[in-house]
Amino acid sequence: MADAPQIPDEADVRARWGNFAWTPENAEQAAKIIARYPEGRQQSASMPLLDLAQRQVGAQTNTQGWLPVPVIEFVASQLGLAYMRVYEVATFYTMYNLTPVGKFHVQVCGTTPCMLRGSDDVLAACKARGLSKGHTTADGLFTLNEVECLGACTNAPMVQINDDNFEDLSYDSTLALLDALAAGKPVKIGPQIDRQTSCPEGGPTVLKEMVTENHDYRGEWQ
Amino acid sequence: MSTSPISDKDRIFTNLYGFQPWNLDAARKRGDWDNTKKLLELGPDTIIDIMKNSGLRGRGGAGFPTGMKWSFMPKEPKPGRPNFLVINADESEPGSCKDREIIRHDPHKLIEGALVAGFAMRARAAYIYIRGEFIYEAKVLFAAVEEAYAAGLLGKNAAGSGYDFDVFVHRGAGAYICGEETAMLESLEGKKGQPRLKPPFPAGAGLYGCPTTVNNVESISVSPTILRRGADWFKSFGRENNHGTKLFQISGHVNTPCVVEETMGISFKELIEKHAGGIRGGWDNLLAVIPGGSSVPMVPAAQIMDAPMDFDGLKGVGSGLGTAAVIVMDKSTDIVRAISRLSYFYKHESCGQCTPCREGTGWMWRVMERLRTGDADISEIDMLQQVTKQVEGHTICALGDAAAWPIQGLIRHFRPEMERRINEAKGAPMQEAAE
Repeated sequence: MADAPQIPDEADVRARWGNFAWTPENAEQAAKIIARYPEGRQQSASMPLLDLAQRQVGAQTNTQGWLPVPVIEFVASQLGLAYMRVYEVATFYTMYNLTPVGKFHVQVCGTTPCMLRGSDDVLAACKARGLSKGHTTADGLFTLNEVECLGACTNAPMVQINDDNFEDLSYDSTLALLDALAAGKPVKIGPQIDRQTSCPEGGPTVLKEMVTENHDYRGEWQ
Repeated sequence: MSTSPISDKDRIFTNLYGFQPWNLDAARKRGDWDNTKKLLELGPDTIIDIMKNSGLRGRGGAGFPTGMKWSFMPKEPKPGRPNFLVINADESEPGSCKDREIIRHDPHKLIEGALVAGFAMRARAAYIYIRGEFIYEAKVLFAAVEEAYAAGLLGKNAAGSGYDFDVFVHRGAGAYICGEETAMLESLEGKKGQPRLKPPFPAGAGLYGCPTTVNNVESISVSPTILRRGADWFKSFGRENNHGTKLFQISGHVNTPCVVEETMGISFKELIEKHAGGIRGGWDNLLAVIPGGSSVPMVPAAQIMDAPMDFDGLKGVGSGLGTAAVIVMDKSTDIVRAISRLSYFYKHESCGQCTPCREGTGWMWRVMERLRTGDADISEIDMLQQVTKQVEGHTICALGDAAAWPIQGLIRHFRPEMERRINEAKGAPMQEAAE
């Protein structure tokens, strides 16, 4: 179970977020999401709507967003659910931020496959740039968290920053990545070494035709 | 039957590394969605028979025969109680990263498989539950499903078959436990992902109380190719009861970590030599391997070397194939820390429903941390072993077991190392230094 959430001060938060409502685009998106589930089963939409709400809060604060209590209440009212039904979902899943985060949410994978390949170095690089676990930097730019396996184990160690994965990291490439983000410079998503996705470094051991053409192997079936 | 490496023409996931586009047009040129109508004309019962005969066992870890699972679904769904197919793309087992490659590079194999499998089990719709952190992958999947609808391959009269079938994508939000099938159903219904008591099994009462089958992404994605090439083709790979090809995910201390499709039953040594560039520092430097994702016990170097990488072969060395996520550890590994980090993972991911798991995972992790530094008593190793036995088998789902097994594997194979640390921390004279 995730560690107990720290819910920020209610009065301030209510003053700021009490009037939360969908933007026109998100209202449209919300209707589309609810339509994915059968009639009378709109509770199923609680997770995608929380995600949508968090992203809207993010867009309105130039951060990665979070879920203030009034926003969770808004989502519950949209679905005709008791507040508690949605609140317990928001606290159960780790991707819902219950406290504000920075412009860049740096989530370093620290589980064993990444640990074996050097996630300690990645965390050390974060520390060297003034990031500390569970905190946002004073300039509001970076929030650092160590997270559990993100499912990119053959490209370890890796970090997810906002919606993107940065893989095959080292101490130096992590520093370079953080510096580029802080300076607003473009960054390369995916492996930070010369490598195609989860293909072995140095080129594939199989399916070599695919590198240069969309090969159809059916002609070789017997 | 053969366990020698397969050739490219027998690989199912030809765009595994994403050198080519994932879109419908490119996927069609590789052979996906090729006259799917003809596959459906075989009829549900024949499709299930072919799947049974192919020997495909579920690729999500448990290895239950896929065709048999499909056959448990009601043949004539009652009005108002449709059958559902739920596809498990909540890939979160440490070491596993194969479904991600399928979804971002070959999503149409999954979507075509959803139609074929859904048709065979008389489902009216499929929900693909993809883990929340797969943000790019979910984008690709949403777009691929949209393409399939636009081309008439899904929806009313799917692929011209006369069968109506919908595919929906549902994103998770960061909870390992939602990979457990009943927790996944709870989560799909918009609740906390806490596993349900069984029975009733999902095939009787699953999603929204309707008959439901939950299958792994890989199991579903290989099904159209099996139907096209025949059960005998698939069965020609691997050993008895362990047939087919499989995506292996090789991580940790190898020279070139990668995902690769190989035959079931390939030997560990051949798999690593051929595709992962060998062990870092040579074969003498190999310490131990976790061959099937974090939930299976580790196997020491000497025993894993020639083990066949399949369900029975790894069971034979006291472990399991799981998701075929091969985590390799060389002699530089702090083995106690490696397992302790897994204990932390299970502590973090326990849903908190059953007391032995909620309390036990935290307890085990704290003891593991003390054993890591040697700040413990020798007798605590036995106590820890005993506690793992009190968690294992005493919970609703298998997360308790999964938390217990890595620790049991560590104690079984590395007890001397654990004792050494304790003695060292106490300042007791080491055996080596005795003379």
